Order: sequence, then C-alpha cells, then structure tokens
Amino acid sequence: MCLAVPGKIIEIKNSPGAKMGKVDFGGVSREVCLDAVPEAVIGNYVIVHAGFALNTLSEEEAQATLDAFREIDALDAELGITSE
Amino acid sequence: MKYLDEFRNSDLVHNAIARLHRITHHPWVIMEICGGQTHSIMQNGLNLLLPEKIELVHGPGCPVCVTSLELVDKALAIAAQPDVIFCSFGDMLRVPGSSGDLFSLRASGSNIKIVYSPMDAVKIAQQNPGKQVVFFAIGFETTAPVNAMSVLQASALKLDNYSILVSQVTVPPAMEAILSSPLNRVQAFLAAGHVCAVMGYHQYFTIAEKYQIPIVVTGFEPLDLVNGILKTVDLLEQGLNKVENAYSRIVTEKGNVAAQNIINTVFKKVDRNWRGIGMIPMSGLGLREEFELFDAEKRFSIAHISTHESEICISGQVLQGSVKPDHCPAFGTICTPENPLGATMVSSEGACSAYFRYANGKDSTS
Repeated sequence: MCLAVPGKIIEIKNSPGAKMGKVDFGGVSREVCLDAVPEAVIGNYVIVHAGFALNTLSEEEAQATLDAFREIDALDAELGITSE
Repeated sequence: MKYLDEFRNSDLVHNAIARLHRITHHPWVIMEICGGQTHSIMQNGLNLLLPEKIELVHGPGCPVCVTSLELVDKALAIAAQPDVIFCSFGDMLRVPGSSGDLFSLRASGSNIKIVYSPMDAVKIAQQNPGKQVVFFAIGFETTAPVNAMSVLQASALKLDNYSILVSQVTVPPAMEAILSSPLNRVQAFLAAGHVCAVMGYHQYFTIAEKYQIPIVVTGFEPLDLVNGILKTVDLLEQGLNKVENAYSRIVTEKGNVAAQNIINTVFKKVDRNWRGIGMIPMSGLGLREEFELFDAEKRFSIAHISTHESEICISGQVLQGSVKPDHCPAFGTICTPENPLGATMVSSEGACSAYFRYANGKDSTS
C-alpha cells in the first residue's frame, strides 16, 4: 500500500480540479496528480504512490547516499577489512 | 530503473551487511512499521543475512490489515446495493468480512472495480452519472493526500455521485500504543519512508524522547533497508535515543507541506478502531463537516451491522509484533492466501502473507 516508485515527469497539464502530468517509469508512462509538488518541472523525478506524486526526489541526496556507501567500502578495502 | 537499480546493488548491500555484523555486539529487537518493508526484507532475503543478534519484528503498517471489520462489512453492504459502482485497491477484495468478501460479492454480480488510484474512481463517476461511485479510502498518511485529492477534484467538478468510505489511520498513535503496551519488546523503530515523505519526521522527536528509543526513517530498497538498520544499531549500541533519516533523497524533516495542506483541507483527526488491535484515540482521519457530502457512511443508510470475527485468527498479536506469523497454529494449514482467516494473510503488506510467500511456511528470522 505504501509502496511508491520514482519516475521522471515528461508532461505537465492543468486538468479540471487537479494539476496532472505524465510520469515515465523506465519506459512505461502514466497519468499522475502533481498537486503536492507545485515546484516540480519536466525532467524532475518524483516518488509516486497510487497515481499521486508524494514528493520530489532529491538527485543530489541520492548521489550523496550512494557516494557515502562507496567511500566507506573503499576505505574498508584500503584498511584491509574484508566483508566476511 | 533510475533511482531503484542503484539501491539494489548487491556489492553495496553485501558490504553494508558485513559492516552491520561488525558493529552489532548486543541483541536488539527492531520493528519495521511498514508492511511494505516487511515484504521487501523477506523478498530480498535480508532476514537471512542479518546478524543473529538482530530480531526484526513486523509492525501494524498494513492498512488493509487494520481496516476494521465493521468498515469491511459496511463496504460489503454498500457494494451490494443496486446502482453502485464500488471501487477499491485490489488488496481489499479478499479481506474477509463477517460473512464473505468483496471478491465473492463481485462474482455474484455486484459492480466492484479494482482501481490503481482514487483519481481513477473520480473518472468513473464522471463517466457514469446515473450510478453512485464509492471508493474504499483506506490507508496511512501516504495514501491520505490522494484520497483527499479525489474529494477535492470531485468537489471542483461538482460530482454528486462520488463518495468515499474512509478508513484512514495514522502512524504515530500506533507507535505509542505499541510502546505503551506491557508486552512491548520493541527497542527501536524503522520509520516508514513514504509516510515520512508526506509528514516529515519532526513528529517523532517527542516519541523518541518520551520512550527513550531511537527511530530511523527508512526506505524500501535493499540498500535503504540495510542503511536504516545500520543507523539504528549504531544508535542502539551507543545508547542514543535519536531520530535519524536514512532516506534523505525522499524525506525531509518537515515533509511535504503541500501534501499536508491537501490532507488538512479535507480530513480531521478522529478516533479509529484498528482491526485486531482495538480503538486507538485520535489515530485516524475522517472527513471534515464541509466535505460530509462525500462521506459514503452518511450517503448510504446502512442497517446496524453485527460483526463476527474469526475465533482462530491471531492477526492482532501479529500486527503488534508480539507473535510471529508462523507461530500461529492456523498458519499455512487452514489459513492461506487463497483461503485467508485474517487480513494479514491477504494483503501484499501483511506479515503472514510475506512469511507464506517468501519463507515457504518456515520462519527464517529465528
């Protein structure tokens, strides 16, 4: 139920009663309500649950998280700490 | 897919789990609130890779599971009426009511549709002006904005044939109910990432302080889950009762204020009865007076419902983390996803369903 998937906004349009858009999920696109992400523009990633964008995805934070894991792994390898 | 595949990278996950083994010195009981996380943990086999000293218990974050029997019975009563198109997320269809479920009602001719979003139910209402369209608005804070939005859109479109049957619940009161129980074993929480995407995590500071417990906002992909558990164990081993965010690409401290405004425009806090757990004060959302027109409970006159719960099912104890699904005598024998006694065996977020699907009937967490 609370599962939500990141996708890229490829179209924004104003529909009666709601701000709608099209979001691409790795090749499959569908209509998504964008009322809760008023600042989002085409090309932004949003996290979508039940046809509703819950929030924009911070690409910087995503990269920072992955970088942190890779840096710690590199440091572990340098210090000779094995993963077993 | 971008922003999914990277967080499923097996090398990164493997190394993070190795670090988790190195920092875990004491036994810890950690609850993941969200049933979506329970399923991801079991589906990816993370439960088999964790240090033995870490016990994950599964929380009540399954809206299908906690929707009260009375509301399931009301849904059945409304859906059985002529000229009603009853719309629901698919998971609700097999949830047992006092007698029967929506799935069997549909088989006997009622017009019951599975929708991906309540916004689709609004479209169905537009296309069927001669029918009453009702959406079963279940969910936690993740689903509250879209359920509220469907009401705002129906209101803007002046639709008089759309209403919602509301079973909205909220996470913090459930956490407090678990922590206040004399049977509580939970020493830390993985907070549900998508609830926090909407609500932020500022609301958890007082809970962490009051109950002296660490809370870590956690996502759903394998690397997110291991990251959340790593941060949690680190705090537990240091004796720190802090709130941390292990899902920063999606969650900020204050959450999504625009989404919160949509919720607050349509809903207000109400007492809510949780199936298997009981009444938790101010743990739910109900429609504000100005949107009563869209309240299916008011639109349809439903005769008094006398509920009858299975005497065998112990889903309430499962939902509170006090009993593991496969410790139930009915598990996998008279209770299966095809023939469920309780909602926890039905839902794609139910703990019993996760154990049945991914552990093949065996408890791999103990």
